[in-house]
Amino acid sequence: MADFPKGAAVIVIGAGVTGLSAAWWLARSGVDVIVLDKGIIGWEASGRNGGGASHYQSPLFAEEQRLWPQMDDLLGYPTEYVRERIIIQRDQALLDHYLAVGRMCTAIGYRVDPLDAKQAQELVPLTDETCLGGIHLRFGGHANPQRTVQAYAWALQDLGGRIFQHTRALAIETAGGRAVAVLTPRGRIACEALVVAAGPQSGMLLAPLGINFPVTSARAEMIVTEPAPLMAIGGVDGNGLYGRQTLRGNLAFGGGPHEWIAMTPDGPAARPTSPLIRNLARRVAEMFPRAAHLNVIRSWAGVIENTPDGRPIFDRRENITMATMSGVGFGLSPASGHAIRDLVLDGACSFTDLSKLGLGRFADLPDDWREQRGWAA
Amino acid sequence: MVTDVHALNGKLPIADDRYDTVIVGAGAAGITAALAAAQAGDSVLMVDENPVPGGLIGSDVPLFFGGRMTAAVQNAGRMIEQVFASNPALQTAFDAGIDVRLGTAAWGLYRNGPALQTMPEAQLGLADAERAWMVGFDRLVLATGARDLVLGFAGWDAPGVMGAQALHALLVRYDALTSRRVLILGSGALACETALLAKARGLEVAGLVEVLGAVQAPAALARRVAAAGIPVYVGHSVAATRAGIDGIEAAILRSAAGADVAIACDTICLALGTIPATELLEAACIIPGDGITLAGDAAGPAPDMAYVTAWAQALGRLAPADTIVCQCEAVTRADLLDVQPPHYLARPSAMAARSLATLIADGPAHPDQIKRLTRAGMGACQGRRCRTQIACLLAESSGVPVSQVPMASFRSPVRPVPLHLLADGQESAAMADGWDVWFGIPTQWTPYADIGTPREAEIVANGGNMHV
Repeated sequence: MADFPKGAAVIVIGAGVTGLSAAWWLARSGVDVIVLDKGIIGWEASGRNGGGASHYQSPLFAEEQRLWPQMDDLLGYPTEYVRERIIIQRDQALLDHYLAVGRMCTAIGYRVDPLDAKQAQELVPLTDETCLGGIHLRFGGHANPQRTVQAYAWALQDLGGRIFQHTRALAIETAGGRAVAVLTPRGRIACEALVVAAGPQSGMLLAPLGINFPVTSARAEMIVTEPAPLMAIGGVDGNGLYGRQTLRGNLAFGGGPHEWIAMTPDGPAARPTSPLIRNLARRVAEMFPRAAHLNVIRSWAGVIENTPDGRPIFDRRENITMATMSGVGFGLSPASGHAIRDLVLDGACSFTDLSKLGLGRFADLPDDWREQRGWAA
Repeated sequence: MVTDVHALNGKLPIADDRYDTVIVGAGAAGITAALAAAQAGDSVLMVDENPVPGGLIGSDVPLFFGGRMTAAVQNAGRMIEQVFASNPALQTAFDAGIDVRLGTAAWGLYRNGPALQTMPEAQLGLADAERAWMVGFDRLVLATGARDLVLGFAGWDAPGVMGAQALHALLVRYDALTSRRVLILGSGALACETALLAKARGLEVAGLVEVLGAVQAPAALARRVAAAGIPVYVGHSVAATRAGIDGIEAAILRSAAGADVAIACDTICLALGTIPATELLEAACIIPGDGITLAGDAAGPAPDMAYVTAWAQALGRLAPADTIVCQCEAVTRADLLDVQPPHYLARPSAMAARSLATLIADGPAHPDQIKRLTRAGMGACQGRRCRTQIACLLAESSGVPVSQVPMASFRSPVRPVPLHLLADGQESAAMADGWDVWFGIPTQWTPYADIGTPREAEIVANGGNMHV
């Protein structure tokens, strides 16, 4: 293991997908950057999500769409990115709802084609006549979260960035409101600027600085089957599920109720999963009747932080840039890292407006916001 | 108090059935525990996954059957009869009023703990050929036995390489073993007992192989093996195998001095140790206690990892780079040492600078990292065949004892269960009504441009299931 450093121009706390992308973007600009993580890279929500990359609502989405097709080349490592998605439904009300979502996306400028039952059944060979139709997103796509997280980490290292795993950020040392160092069990690291992208831990780290960074965490669960024959478009979900067919052929899907999880100094625990996997299995079997015989071979859970309104936070106080994607971070990561890089180096995002995503919107947030939403663990 | 209608709280159903005591595994330890509980007046359910469906046997679940089963394993009726015939104590259990369910696998264990607070009670997930269901219990005895400890070598992915537990099951429990001439790896008690059993059942035993310089079994047992005329190749490792259309035909053993000897055999049986089958506990992050106990071989002992390490290193030294480690996902030793992505992905030039060594240099590596990069351990056998090998490889590459390396994690369901069986057919209204693709936070999906405009309220009102 490398010698423990005394300092870096920028320290990023959190080696999730957002922190790693930010560090990679900073390193691309020639910045000396260090990433700290209490555990292993991408060990929480970042490595354990559905892999979707189609989040039309985000101000980062146009940049994300521009970047994803280039990411394998830019990073130098495979991400398994594949374009386009299909959402199918077997419930008329849900189908009508998604047709409306599709029209909304088209109106924003992202083309969505409606699919009648026949078209949907042809495009999705694992479904059958119970499929009433769907929508075909002519944008977005999906990638392998675990592979992508590692790709960011390796690409960052290739540019000279350093990652210290199993190195918890204990506290942020400030002087005159500016972050000057991060304290860890292995020593103090000085910095000129700081990025806090520590997911569920961000609130705890920032509270001593008088910054209220409201996030709370929940567990979300997924199941995966043994491989099915590859569908031409693997980014198929619906029937209350998110997920994809992997390039190996496995069907990996999640959705449904979450469980709010208490925070501990080690972070909220993701394991184990619950019998919810039976409800997931039911919905996958309904969505893909022709795959209902396939074995479920694994389930897993991720810890996901959410803000009170479920929208991301991008903000900067003095030399401290703070970000959370509020549970929708993987797909947007190529762009969120770019935005954080801009905030750190230039003070403002160069490619989109993020002014509605600042901490200011929570100025009047009551202390019991979790309880008010039923989000207390 | 405000409740989140999309949270899991109150949505997981109570168990379909309930017993004072549930026993998993109807071997000697399970039956003893079941009879004791019944005598104490408990209502008792005892489940056993045997007979295991033929398809799972073909996938080496739960033991390393190595393709050496006859077609008889596809005959469910015969298999049930065979399980009864080979285990007379089952009748005693029936007669004692114990609810005995054969062909019933336990795939998940759930109990409230630090990260799970939404279980209405502790439950065990079960599945047979027809359905999956949940049972509640006051006391749970896991008499799940031990599974095969598996290490690979050149050609071990051919039919005919199997584990000692699987050999025992096919020979004794199912009477469905195709092997005729067996070479046994190891010389400890397990290897010697396996050799003597095979011989007693009319198989030829080609010999025992021991990488260390001496037989490992207690002297009395070693003498019985010698008396049976079974040779022991001490100081030998497996350098290669020969296989034909029906699988293994010979093993090429190499001595410490480098001399090769070819041993004709149709089966190579790994008898280096067994691992307590505690997947249910591991997947549930539960340690025994509070009414959950381990019994029989599931309670230990753990394998002698120093001995396993000696074997892993001896086999590893002779294994060509293209030796498969993970059979399910066809991951080779070279793929693992280079942390290469699977073959259906491009292997860009930058990957050449990456290896298990660099991954370890980045911080203590976890087998789950290797799993997600190489796919080793991600297949239908759920890592049972490769997790020890991967841990040994990781330990060797890290320069630490394997005891200091975490094992790849088990996850529910710890037995493969088909989607349509695992599916909950009687989902509660609360579950159905509270179901959202994602968190159901209505403000989450407002297009950015609409935030703060009159359109925002309209979109938020449309609310849930906006995830694409």
